[in-house]
Amino acid sequence: MGGILVIAEHRQGQLRPVSIEVIGAAVAAREAGGERVTVAVLGAAPAAFVDALKLAGVDEIVTVRTQTDAFDPDTYQAVAHALIEARKPSLVLLPHTIDTLGYAAPLAVKGNYGFTTDAFGLARDGESWIATRSGYGQKVNMEIEFPGRASVVVTVRPGAFKAPEGAGTPEVSEFDAPALAPRSHHESFEEPAASGDVDIAGADFIMSIGRGIGEETHVEQFRELASSLGATLGCSRPIADSGWLPKAHQVGQSGKTAANCKLYIAMGISGSVQHMAGMKHVENIIAVNTDPEASIFSIAKYGIVGDIFDIAEELRGHF
Amino acid sequence: MKILVAIKQVASLDEDFELRDDDRDVEADFHVFDLNEWDHYALEQALLLKEAGNSDIEVVVVTVGPERADEELRKCLAKGADRAIRIWSDELEEADSVGVARALAALARREAPDMIFAGVQASDHAYGATGMALAGLLDWPHAAVVAGLEYTPGAGTASARRELEGGAYANVTVQCPAVLTLQLGINTPRYASLRGIKQAASRPIETVAPDALGLSADETGPRGSLSRIRRVYVPELGRAQMIDGTPAEQAARLAGIIKELRGEA
Repeated sequence: MGGILVIAEHRQGQLRPVSIEVIGAAVAAREAGGERVTVAVLGAAPAAFVDALKLAGVDEIVTVRTQTDAFDPDTYQAVAHALIEARKPSLVLLPHTIDTLGYAAPLAVKGNYGFTTDAFGLARDGESWIATRSGYGQKVNMEIEFPGRASVVVTVRPGAFKAPEGAGTPEVSEFDAPALAPRSHHESFEEPAASGDVDIAGADFIMSIGRGIGEETHVEQFRELASSLGATLGCSRPIADSGWLPKAHQVGQSGKTAANCKLYIAMGISGSVQHMAGMKHVENIIAVNTDPEASIFSIAKYGIVGDIFDIAEELRGHF
Repeated sequence: MKILVAIKQVASLDEDFELRDDDRDVEADFHVFDLNEWDHYALEQALLLKEAGNSDIEVVVVTVGPERADEELRKCLAKGADRAIRIWSDELEEADSVGVARALAALARREAPDMIFAGVQASDHAYGATGMALAGLLDWPHAAVVAGLEYTPGAGTASARRELEGGAYANVTVQCPAVLTLQLGINTPRYASLRGIKQAASRPIETVAPDALGLSADETGPRGSLSRIRRVYVPELGRAQMIDGTPAEQAARLAGIIKELRGEA
């Protein structure tokens, strides 16, 4: 027994890229422990995902046929529980995503498995697994251990691990889902709101505003500044939640990824994990913030500790 | 009718904080406490249901924490919560989110609410686990990251709009009673009125120990937890190249960088 079990995630027929990163985390972790890597995929027609999961370092792919393709927390919990009880993996890796937030904790408490979330580091200490995650708004790192737990469930931060390079030749098997009657029912997906004239994913230059702008009446001056700089106006979550800018402007996990951005100016944005998920890959990030300890400065290339209104006012004169 | 709202007193850090001697946490002197941002939304959703409902709805807020957490419960009372409960014993100091959820589950069994709300995550450690662990312990239906909710108190189901990645949503129907974790933006939280704040100052907060809720010593604190913090450390972070000077000088340098990157200089 033992081994590392990964549960893949897909939505609307597409394997989510984070699944491949989690497999990368498992493959890296096996090098520390030498255990088999098994990837499970659940769905109405799970075989459709098998080819995409045949990656270097994967020993086995397990398909599990479920009633529907759409995510259901009871189904994922029950299947994961049955798989863990059948295989007794030492480590179970799940992506730290919206879907997993719905079933990882119930899975852990029902099985009494070791459990932590949003890990960006994994290590072996003898027979035990150690996970590293952040605490206090990313001001510290926390090493988490799981005393006395034979199986440990860890959700993995998107963007923290690299996908495996190259293909593999894993064996493929089937696993029967346990009988269950889910207590919730997926009705429909809603696509992202129409973006109108805003294209965060396509923009090469974005200037984003955050909570630091203070009031809705201040949005306009930054809209004008973005326009004169030739930048697309982006924002962090609180600005969109307040209705000060349409959701299409939002950069981050629940908004858009600045996929083609070369230059990103963050004005009054502290840099939550969720915001950084949408922009930390940008090569040139410039952060303007009054708080010298703001997380955004840890990923920015250039930083200005200062008042965004003063900087904005001065910047106007240059364009 | 009763809605239970689980809240947390979160800690942020003072500048130049120091670690505890055992390196397993930050020295408590450097903690700055507040009500978790998500909990404002969870409480607001309960209060909106209370105000919209024809039936009599009691909104009960509960937290697991030491005496200082009363301050956050009072903020909830000031906004309109009917009752506040604080669960504590010293063993809970070492509880992880599952250990906290076990205490909340024991309280929920006593209170028998019709619905439980919690925040998606807490702003300090962001486990995103406590609310859903509570659902697992109670074996209740559940949905996480709910950004929209249609629910008539007493109804057998609720319609929840789960926020997904990339600006999409999934609409689900959930059997009730249920545990839902609510996302930022689901509503616009109210501010407490001055009158509410004054009244909350003198209202009672029930305090209860886990054993009084029927939790055994094996389920409380570290023994009821599924993880343990081994070590906390300050990571080596990247550091931006800082542009110093007056705002005019900083802006001039910024303008230069923008022009250079855009191939204009």
